Amino acid sequence: MNGPASSAALRIGAPVALGVVVLVAWQLLVTLAGIDDYLLPSPLSIVEQMIEFWPALIAAIASTGLNALIGLVVGSIVGIAAALVASLSRFFDQLTAPIVAALAVVPIVALAPVLNTMFGADSEVGRRTMAGLAVFVPVFINTLRGLQQTRPVHRDLMRAYAATRPQTLRVLTLPAARGYIFTGIRIASSLAVISALVAEYFGGPRGGLGSLISTSASTSAYARAWAYVVGGIVLGLIFFLVTAALERLASPMSRSLTVTGRSK
Amino acid sequence: MSPLDETTDAVVATGVGKVFPAGNVTALEGVDLVVRSGEFVSLIGPSGCGKSTLLRLIADLDAPTSGTLTVFGKSAEKARIDQDYGIAFQQAGLLPWRTVSANIELPLELHGVGKAARKQRSAELLSLVGLTDFADRFPDQLSGGMQQRIAIARALAEQPSLLLMDEPFGALDEMTRERMQTELSNICAETGAAVVFVTHSIPEAVFLSDRVVVMSPRPGRIETVLSMDLGSASERAESLREDTAFFEMVTAVREALHQGAPARGVDDR
Repeated sequence: MNGPASSAALRIGAPVALGVVVLVAWQLLVTLAGIDDYLLPSPLSIVEQMIEFWPALIAAIASTGLNALIGLVVGSIVGIAAALVASLSRFFDQLTAPIVAALAVVPIVALAPVLNTMFGADSEVGRRTMAGLAVFVPVFINTLRGLQQTRPVHRDLMRAYAATRPQTLRVLTLPAARGYIFTGIRIASSLAVISALVAEYFGGPRGGLGSLISTSASTSAYARAWAYVVGGIVLGLIFFLVTAALERLASPMSRSLTVTGRSK
Repeated sequence: MSPLDETTDAVVATGVGKVFPAGNVTALEGVDLVVRSGEFVSLIGPSGCGKSTLLRLIADLDAPTSGTLTVFGKSAEKARIDQDYGIAFQQAGLLPWRTVSANIELPLELHGVGKAARKQRSAELLSLVGLTDFADRFPDQLSGGMQQRIAIARALAEQPSLLLMDEPFGALDEMTRERMQTELSNICAETGAAVVFVTHSIPEAVFLSDRVVVMSPRPGRIETVLSMDLGSASERAESLREDTAFFEMVTAVREALHQGAPARGVDDR
């Protein structure tokens, strides 16, 4: 009973069982206590709405998801590039430190109305910019830390090999930073979804999860609003799981450990 | 790698000194030392006697503040850029994200050796250090002794005429340490490379060396140089450790150490 299979079953089975218990309790509470829909819709009515508005739900996930994805990719690339420059140039590092510190404390959501006005009400650019800004900060900070993780013995070795700067970056500095970079991206992935979704509360084109949640809630379609919230949860999970999988794939050690683990 | 005249001395230090500007610490003063081609020389002394500093100067990881230092007749910097030496530290310093064979191939890869030639060389070296079965493992899956053997294999990758070793067995247990010493002795006999070997251990220095350089601290300088007349590296086997001549040399080195400043930090194991 203590094999890896049973422990995996327990690891997945236990939370699933807990989820089912909570859902059943929720359903019973709403039905038996007769709680009004606007306070708390029952799980079954939420599922009903999800099925009824399935095409709109999928389109909304795709629309918000695309904004979050563009923000994640662009924000990560800019964050990694800026961290590389900052690690090579002390001047640039000192130049950008206050800007990054300012960005880190600004609630990015607070920029939404400003950015929406800046890029126009019919444009997605403002939302993507918000997602990108939210992503930039953790990716930049983590990458910069990662680039400072080389050990003295490895730096001595590179000097002893008369390695050029690009060579040192390729074989030592970047691989040493890899774990930190992917941790930054994984943290940023949730922020990208949250920012892209919340940005929709402040106007702009309709059809994303955020705008449909606010529309549904304001027209008293509470169960439908919850259905779109579920869509937001699913989108956030997809982003998190994909970036976590990327993190694993990018580490040769964890790949090999899985292989040896399986062969035993 | 480069064709070297057998008669060229591996290392010639003349009046070498090193002052670290931070705190104005004199780490080395007036060091004169010649390491001949193919010779095994150990640097021994208490902590702070500058033996690691001297090794780092030879490797051109630091620059001397006075005196001159040549490696195979050229400046230490030129020798480093020409890759005339291989180096191993107390920490194995393997890159954890590279497999064992990729770690050994690292210097070859950096210097543009083709993939097939690299593969062949790492296979040779793995069999030399007896770790052929571990080629595709990652360093973290290996014991400290195995990692250190990989680091030595990596130092040998480019067939250097000079090996620089900074307490490479310092972190190993006594049993592993003696086995590694015997192995290193065999490797040196095979490759004919000159070795500069920094150590804390008197028996280790005696067992491995042609000559033992005894150093003393504050400021770091050479106290005396002792010749070990214990035969060539290929003749040295485990039995030497129980030989009377071996014990006499251990005693001689210990006495030389104690004549200088109090020999703190040197173990008599």
